[in-house]
Amino acid sequence: MKLIYEKSVKGRCGVELPSSDVPKAPSLPGNLLRESAPDLPEISELDLVRHFTGLSRLNFSVDGNFYPLGSCTMKYNAKILENVAALFSTFHPVTALLPDGEKFCQGNLGLLYDLSQLLADITGMDEMTTTPMAGAHGELTGILMISAYHRKKGNRKRYVVVSDSSHGTNPASAAMAGYGIITVPTAPYGDMDMDLFRKAMNEDVAAVMMTCPNTLGLFNPHIREIADIAHSFDALMYYDGANLNAIMGKVRPGDIGFDVVHLNLHKTFGAPHGGGGPGAGPVGVKSELVPFLPLPRIVMNDEGEFEVQSENLESIGRVANFFGNFGVMVKAYAYITMLGREGLIKASELAVLNANYLKEKLKKYYELPYDLPCMHEFVFSASRQAANGVHAIDIAKFLIDRNFHPPTVYFPLVVREAIMIEPTESESKATLDAFVVAMAEAARIAERDPQALRDAPVSTPVGRLDETKCAREQKVCFTG
Amino acid sequence: MNDRHYAPHTDDEIREMLSETGIERIEDLFVTIPEELRARVFNVPPGMSEFETFERMKRIASDNSKEMLYFIGGGFYDHLIPAVVDHLAARSEFYTSYTPYQPECSQGTLQALFEYQTAICRLTGLDVSNASLYDGATACAEAALMAIRVTGRKKIIADGCLSPFSRMTVRSYLSNLDVELLELPPLDGLLNLEELERCLDGETAALIVQNPNFFGLIEDIAAIAEKVHAAGALLVASVYPLSLGILKSPGECGVDIAVGDGQSLGNPLGFGGPSFGFIAARKAFIRNLPGRIVGETADREGKRGFVLTLQAREQHIKREKATSNICSNQGLCALRALIFLSSIGKEGIARLASMNRDKAFHARELLSRIPGVTALESGQIFNEFTIALPVSADLVAASLLNRGIAAGLPLGRYYEGSENCMVVTVTEKRSRKEIELLALAIGEALQ
Repeated sequence: MKLIYEKSVKGRCGVELPSSDVPKAPSLPGNLLRESAPDLPEISELDLVRHFTGLSRLNFSVDGNFYPLGSCTMKYNAKILENVAALFSTFHPVTALLPDGEKFCQGNLGLLYDLSQLLADITGMDEMTTTPMAGAHGELTGILMISAYHRKKGNRKRYVVVSDSSHGTNPASAAMAGYGIITVPTAPYGDMDMDLFRKAMNEDVAAVMMTCPNTLGLFNPHIREIADIAHSFDALMYYDGANLNAIMGKVRPGDIGFDVVHLNLHKTFGAPHGGGGPGAGPVGVKSELVPFLPLPRIVMNDEGEFEVQSENLESIGRVANFFGNFGVMVKAYAYITMLGREGLIKASELAVLNANYLKEKLKKYYELPYDLPCMHEFVFSASRQAANGVHAIDIAKFLIDRNFHPPTVYFPLVVREAIMIEPTESESKATLDAFVVAMAEAARIAERDPQALRDAPVSTPVGRLDETKCAREQKVCFTG
Repeated sequence: MNDRHYAPHTDDEIREMLSETGIERIEDLFVTIPEELRARVFNVPPGMSEFETFERMKRIASDNSKEMLYFIGGGFYDHLIPAVVDHLAARSEFYTSYTPYQPECSQGTLQALFEYQTAICRLTGLDVSNASLYDGATACAEAALMAIRVTGRKKIIADGCLSPFSRMTVRSYLSNLDVELLELPPLDGLLNLEELERCLDGETAALIVQNPNFFGLIEDIAAIAEKVHAAGALLVASVYPLSLGILKSPGECGVDIAVGDGQSLGNPLGFGGPSFGFIAARKAFIRNLPGRIVGETADREGKRGFVLTLQAREQHIKREKATSNICSNQGLCALRALIFLSSIGKEGIARLASMNRDKAFHARELLSRIPGVTALESGQIFNEFTIALPVSADLVAASLLNRGIAAGLPLGRYYEGSENCMVVTVTEKRSRKEIELLALAIGEALQ
């Protein structure tokens, strides 16, 4: 499809702007003034609508396709959430920071406060901040709070411990906050190697970051022991909540030794992914970390009114402009309100059922390196197919031709040719069965006609794209 | 019925699936979780229907005041949004899709982000843009970290006229790093050039400025750039994207990294989010950019297509050696900005920017006529200006809020000695009548 800049015609305009009802201001001095307006597209409204409608049709989406993307929790995004968010779209955030401004936005502040309480209950934490705008942003916020905790105690800590199956954001967030990284390998039983973990721990460790269940979809039964060891060195336990969808109502991270938790509202709590964002990554902490929560904080006063606390010397300060991705939190709040206690528990149960069902149906076709009861996701290896010259990426591309979004591939790094599958609770048995048929077909074709898989996809607007050429030429902006 | 929400299986199907899985009861799926680790408490209230939920959310929304006339900014601005923006961004092929890691089935998102990056480059006059960051404040922090990587130096100077929200965010991001952060006190609401010269040294990685600055004044960016570059440091400028319809672009002024909040481009106020942050830079720095970047390439038959590129900077490949931990972008908000910019177009953005300036200028004149009120006129303005009142600005602002007017952002909380000052914002949406009402109300509050 042509770029919108290639459809541009000089002098055309897509919208009629209101005319000004005030006198013209004297013109700016030449040294501040732009010589010509920025070269934005000049296109009529209908052509604009056709352009973006056309682009939308080139996308897969949850509304159109099954996305068994491991670690991404691509559940259905209820339509009512969009209607609900629209109720809250026109309020200026600075109002809440004005003197006495809080009384004009008690609805918004109360919603954030209530959501924090609900999320604290779901995770077993004492308090939450809703400011972080994504999971990784939550991780950074959490690690900054941990560093403030250690500074206050006079601890000199230099390292954060992660597992080699962790999300890349874990070591990246800790490094961004100034820590060195100690990576502990995965044992043959699929969890962090306990002996190596014990050896890795020392007085210099600030925190241990864990995903539980981990990215192999396994619940680590030694988690309490790991927490006890960490705490014996005054290292804090960080819970990466990417996989919370497996355990709602079953386990609360705060009950099993975790001190800091981040959640991904766009995964577990039904807000859409938006083609890569916006998400929201609230962070929960145990009481010893409450003083370090970022600003602004929303608190309830004795009269039951909500106030904004913008100053607190112990706080890590601001991590973003205002109150985070508020619109995403409205959706998550409505989602939790609708599902309620039983609905959330059922969501986790059926997410785990769907994963185990797919795993059992598919394991005769694909290598299952960790053949254990899984939680909400599991990881195959395309090692059998690789022997025949077919790689995980080829199977992924074939699935696109069958109208399925591919699973996560080549992650976690601990599994060669990884194919990581997370069906979520949203999908019906019929959809799962159709996916089994497509995966089985891929396995069959891998034996008989490997080239056919290497040529996939053939039904898409473009075939496989040359990523090396792209990285070499670095065309990241249209210059025509 | 509540437990059925968005979980499609019938009881029969569940039984069948359990039996295929070789498991008797749902509860047995969780046998790997030791009993002593199980939740004892889970107090979420019972669920409700979609209809009841909507009614409840309406009640919560009604606890906010209905009508508020905004003369406040501080990083978020009440601008018009053409109807096409909401409609096109509401296409679920956009909003329910995932990060475009699989390019063949994500060309819509990828091409839109490539077009977005192009729009940001053209607005800022710089060579390369990423696919967006969280917001303007975090974009400042990312730019500071980027400047440290590029220069290998460990000192950041944040101008005091940079939004306090951005400065606080930069401070938090740098709090546990071996980096010196220096804040430059403003002089008459502008960057203090002499003081800047004293602070710049061979260890300075970057100066971060804002334009127009937090007081609403337009800085002489080219002059600042000259001084910063003479010290071998980079200039980071946080800019108001809509102002670039008339203001000289950061690229033309010698800025090395331009950042800002994209809310003014087609994103609603939404109590502060979601919007997006943008970051653009000179080509030489492309490998040091944080976050996703979309690039143009071709498929095996030579057909043009788009992919996420230079991923070897990112956390999922580089882990602790990544340029940033960011793993998402604010894709849908960036898409809204692209639709907005395409809708108003080249001439529209210049007109819209001029109109903002005209309205603010008019408002400044009216407010200056109120006895006891003076405007800070040490520089040119875009759509914000600072006024000094004869009494505490907090008192005036609070009194006008009760009349449904958010009259301005008092500065006392953010700048010592500025208790009587506030920043007033006037966008194209404020009519002449509304501006007159503001002047009248401030006059009455002062009596």
